[in-house]
Amino acid sequence: MKIPVFRVGLIATASFLPLSLIALIVFLAIYSWPAIHFNQFHFLWTNDWNLGNLYGNPVTVHGVQIMPGAKYGIWFLVVGTIVSSALAMVMAMPVAIGAAYFLSEGVRKSWAGPLSLFVDLLAAIPSVVYGLWGYALLVPLFGQTIFPFLANTFSFIPFLNGDPGSGYGLLTSAFVLAVMIIPLISATLRESIRMTEPELKEAGLSLGLNRLEVFWHITLPKLKTVLIGVGILALGRALGETMAVLMVSGNALNYLPNNIYAPISTMAAFIASQLDSALQDPTNMAVEALSEIALVLLLITVAVNIAARLLLWMARVR
Amino acid sequence: MAIRAIERSVSVRASTKGFKVSLSRRVMTAFAWMFVLFSFLFVAAMFISIIGDVLIHAWPALTPKLLTDITNGIGGGLKNAIEGTMVMSVGALLLAAPIGIASGIYLSEHGHGGAGKMLRFLSDVLVGIPSIVLGYVGYITMVIYLGWQFSVAAGIITLTVMLLPYIARSTELAMANIPLAVREAGYGLGAGEGRVVLRILLPGAAPAIMTGLFYAVALSMGETAPLLYTAGWSNYMWNGHFTKEPIGYLTYVIWTFINEPFAESHMLAFAAAFLITAGVLILILIGRWLLVRGQRRMGAYR
Repeated sequence: MKIPVFRVGLIATASFLPLSLIALIVFLAIYSWPAIHFNQFHFLWTNDWNLGNLYGNPVTVHGVQIMPGAKYGIWFLVVGTIVSSALAMVMAMPVAIGAAYFLSEGVRKSWAGPLSLFVDLLAAIPSVVYGLWGYALLVPLFGQTIFPFLANTFSFIPFLNGDPGSGYGLLTSAFVLAVMIIPLISATLRESIRMTEPELKEAGLSLGLNRLEVFWHITLPKLKTVLIGVGILALGRALGETMAVLMVSGNALNYLPNNIYAPISTMAAFIASQLDSALQDPTNMAVEALSEIALVLLLITVAVNIAARLLLWMARVR
Repeated sequence: MAIRAIERSVSVRASTKGFKVSLSRRVMTAFAWMFVLFSFLFVAAMFISIIGDVLIHAWPALTPKLLTDITNGIGGGLKNAIEGTMVMSVGALLLAAPIGIASGIYLSEHGHGGAGKMLRFLSDVLVGIPSIVLGYVGYITMVIYLGWQFSVAAGIITLTVMLLPYIARSTELAMANIPLAVREAGYGLGAGEGRVVLRILLPGAAPAIMTGLFYAVALSMGETAPLLYTAGWSNYMWNGHFTKEPIGYLTYVIWTFINEPFAESHMLAFAAAFLITAGVLILILIGRWLLVRGQRRMGAYR
């Protein structure tokens, strides 16, 4: 029998993809094993990240060496990550739907092409540039003008009142994240609106609905699965965003936000900002604990992505 | 003006169709139109605001010194960072393109069975993994375990893992757009699978694959998080070693120098942001143009 060399070569190279995913999870799990063993499960819901006395002598607890007083709990990161991403989704979803409708049906075809460049190029801007924009423009603007105004005007609504802060914080991070994920949602939704059967729209129009009512009552319900799938995908992106959040979040440590202006930190930003100080720990436990955060973040995003892809596959969208 | 146009269209619709549209419906439609218009204007305004902010701040710093000097602690030029960004993007592309394109070919030609579906699913999941996690895994495996220290090779390999799924999926879509009849014609003339793929399908899909590659390079240029703990940072030009030798890159300048208390450092950060944004957007636009031109020249299979 002749061996199909070409096909075997293809299979061998193609297997790099799943192998790298498995390797990522396995390497992280092996490396963070001492930290997982030491921290156990209350790692996730205790609010205490403390590297301990870095100048003391290492002590042995539960069979692993740590610095005296070292504790690792990341509840503030879990809260910061989830709340900032959720807030970003709430802000991004309506605008993304509106922009998708505008570009697919709101303007004539010859204008839609050039105008969609705004959305497509917005998606291409590097995240660190978003962070720079947030740092240089949004933080002063929000901190000095908009947040005090919001806190005064809506002082009767919980979480909107209280100290307006300096501009670094939850709402600024959520705003930057929202601007980052709007183009992602909008681009996929735009294509799906174009793909919807014209018969459905015509049926609605012939019943006397105008175009917007057709969109709201017919097209959008039809695209519900797509919308949820794309939304979860964007959520995954927001959960894992590092640089933009790092530059505008205020990098809170062991602090739970009490209103939407308060400083936060997210898992991804925390990994990026804390490795330098974690390297000071001679027992290496701090680096392993960071690696445990990376593992938690990886598992969350993998779960989120699997859910989104399953939904999108059911809706037959690529 | 836009609002007047909306009102006119609503009233014309109501008066000429011969039936009455209730006031609440008209008001709701007008509000919805305003919201739709606002959404688009918001997106456009954000884009212009980002580009404008970077351009205005970077303008005074855009001097030839950027291209001729290397960075020192707080200022100087960006020669080393520009070189580093290019080395790593090109390196990652050279590694990721063959593997990614081969995976894409496999997905489109044999990806209809269970194994192909699984592979496609996993590569979609791989796209969603946060880049900082990739960087951290690169750190614990290559920088620490293999002892490469902060190095060019660690940065390139981390970027490669990030780019692979993008290239694979864009190649797959490009190949899948070629009709079955083209493949049948090739096999009918007695060509083997390798010849059909390499001589017939790949040239036909080349414009779309190239667009995917341009997007991938743009993506790798703009990344910071995976490089922080793999490539490190260096104030000097790259000396050609792949391991044990850190390298500078533009995105690092942006986020470190903006935190320095000096105006010169801030200007350098904005200059780096301008260069990287301009580079990314130009690559994306070239990619789109190639696709349009290729389809016009060779004709798309549709």
